Amino acid sequence: MGEPVSPQASAQKTAVSRRRFLANIARAAGGAGALSLVVGLFARQAQSLPAQALRPPGAGNEDQFLAACVRCGLCVRDCPFPTLGLADIGEDVPVGTPYFVARRHPCEMCDDIPCVKACPTGALDPNLTNIDEADMGLAVLVDEETCLNFQGLRCDVCHRVCPLINEAITLQSSHNTRTDKHAIFIPTVHSDKCTGCGKCERACVLDKAAIRVFPRHLAKGRIGEHYRLGWEEKQKHGGESLAPGLVDLPDRLPSQLPDALKGWKP
Amino acid sequence: MSAKAYPGQEAIKEKGWLAAYKWLILRRASQLIILLLFLLGPWFGVWIVKGNLTSSLILDVVPLSDPFILLQSLIAGHVAASTAIIGAAIVMGVYLLLGGRVYCSFVCPMNFVTDVSRWIAKRFDLPKGWKPARETRLWILAAVMIAAFVTGVMAWEMLNPVTVLHRGLVYGLSYTWTVALAIFIFDMVVSRRGWCGHLCPMGAFYGLIGSVSLLRVSAKRRTACNDCMDCFAVCPEPHVITPALRGANTGTGPVILSGDCTNCGRCIDVCSKDVFEFDVRFNNAAPANEGRADTDAVSTDRHAA
Repeated sequence: MGEPVSPQASAQKTAVSRRRFLANIARAAGGAGALSLVVGLFARQAQSLPAQALRPPGAGNEDQFLAACVRCGLCVRDCPFPTLGLADIGEDVPVGTPYFVARRHPCEMCDDIPCVKACPTGALDPNLTNIDEADMGLAVLVDEETCLNFQGLRCDVCHRVCPLINEAITLQSSHNTRTDKHAIFIPTVHSDKCTGCGKCERACVLDKAAIRVFPRHLAKGRIGEHYRLGWEEKQKHGGESLAPGLVDLPDRLPSQLPDALKGWKP
Repeated sequence: MSAKAYPGQEAIKEKGWLAAYKWLILRRASQLIILLLFLLGPWFGVWIVKGNLTSSLILDVVPLSDPFILLQSLIAGHVAASTAIIGAAIVMGVYLLLGGRVYCSFVCPMNFVTDVSRWIAKRFDLPKGWKPARETRLWILAAVMIAAFVTGVMAWEMLNPVTVLHRGLVYGLSYTWTVALAIFIFDMVVSRRGWCGHLCPMGAFYGLIGSVSLLRVSAKRRTACNDCMDCFAVCPEPHVITPALRGANTGTGPVILSGDCTNCGRCIDVCSKDVFEFDVRFNNAAPANEGRADTDAVSTDRHAA
């Protein structure tokens, strides 16, 4: 086939092909790097979840979920209700991931949690065996101005449909200053009990729900680390005040009144 | 030239129509049956298979999971539950036996899209367009895994056209056709066979499995080859044929060892001389006294033609 090549020419050829080889490697590696950057950035952007999209029970935090969920839809198949669906292209939810919208159809809180059992990867935490411990989100009474109970009416629907009635939602009574003789029963959500199933949002009788379920990180405030509530601290200390020798300082009143005010009594 | 636009004419004459399309028919049947199995549940309530190609459950017992997806998940920082790991092991086992890119040719729904695109492009003699380097898909595979590692989520699955297409078909998601159309147009206008042949990281992954898998196509009777070039014309990865078919003089065995080969079997179909057949990768000894004296002459002819 080939003529015998001189070692010199051969070495030169090797050098050229090595240079080309390295250039190709560099180009390909650069391309791969750029592509992973693009894919990564796209993923970062695409993974922001709209507030009304709720994950099935056991999904944990969103980053973990998107590392674990292969988007097979087995949870959707085993959900006995039309609650769960997979995100289509063009929706705000990461494509193919399961979610539900409480106002459309809330989680029905099945005792056997079939969606979690169906999950092959553990994206829905198999350690969740009691649906009452699910944490899909947190109900928030977002609009006091339209909530009928806040107007002094006895709607109470969100309270009554709550699967954890009197635990996750309680009615706190207060004085109705408008009529001056009735009570107002304020639906109050307790974050330690609320599972975020969304039944309250679904059942709200208004045209647009006054109570809504949001992912917990959107719904919950957090008190400063340094903050101490005196009455709680007192309880922790067995009813003892944290500052026992506290001196009751005198109220600041002007000790010497100017002449112009002589004879004035506060 | 016309022979290349319509390869396999000789095989149809010699072997009959059915034999000349056998593997193509089997392949389309396989693609269709697999898709129908997934659709039996949602369409008719017959739940033989549940889920989609990323993860599924057969008859409520056997789990299957895509190892490519699960690898992304692992790199993103999630160790999958045992069901998915068992499922991925079963899938890996099957492809280690049947050939890695059997996924591409017999299972993947995108194959039909790109095959139709290629078929039309050939009929209208459209330009082949951009031809990325052969190892591009491996770099994309690397990029996919790097993106998963850096972001901590399965970044590629935000846009993977293959899984998006299959999921959309099975779950009846309305905008699924957009990815199929995008790939269709890309293959037709930008780069012929660009997606399946050069870019898809899933194909690259299964190609890596294929480079050690058992079942392979072998150019067993390569001495009978009459250089009609029909196999090269139909092959989606023509470079894999050369070493096996033309290896007689270099002492290379007749088995197509490249993982890029999809085991589609189209070369078996279109060969009027029955050069190719399925075989195991270990039957790869080059038979003695096989060298063809006219090889060089023939290749010169080829250039002249």
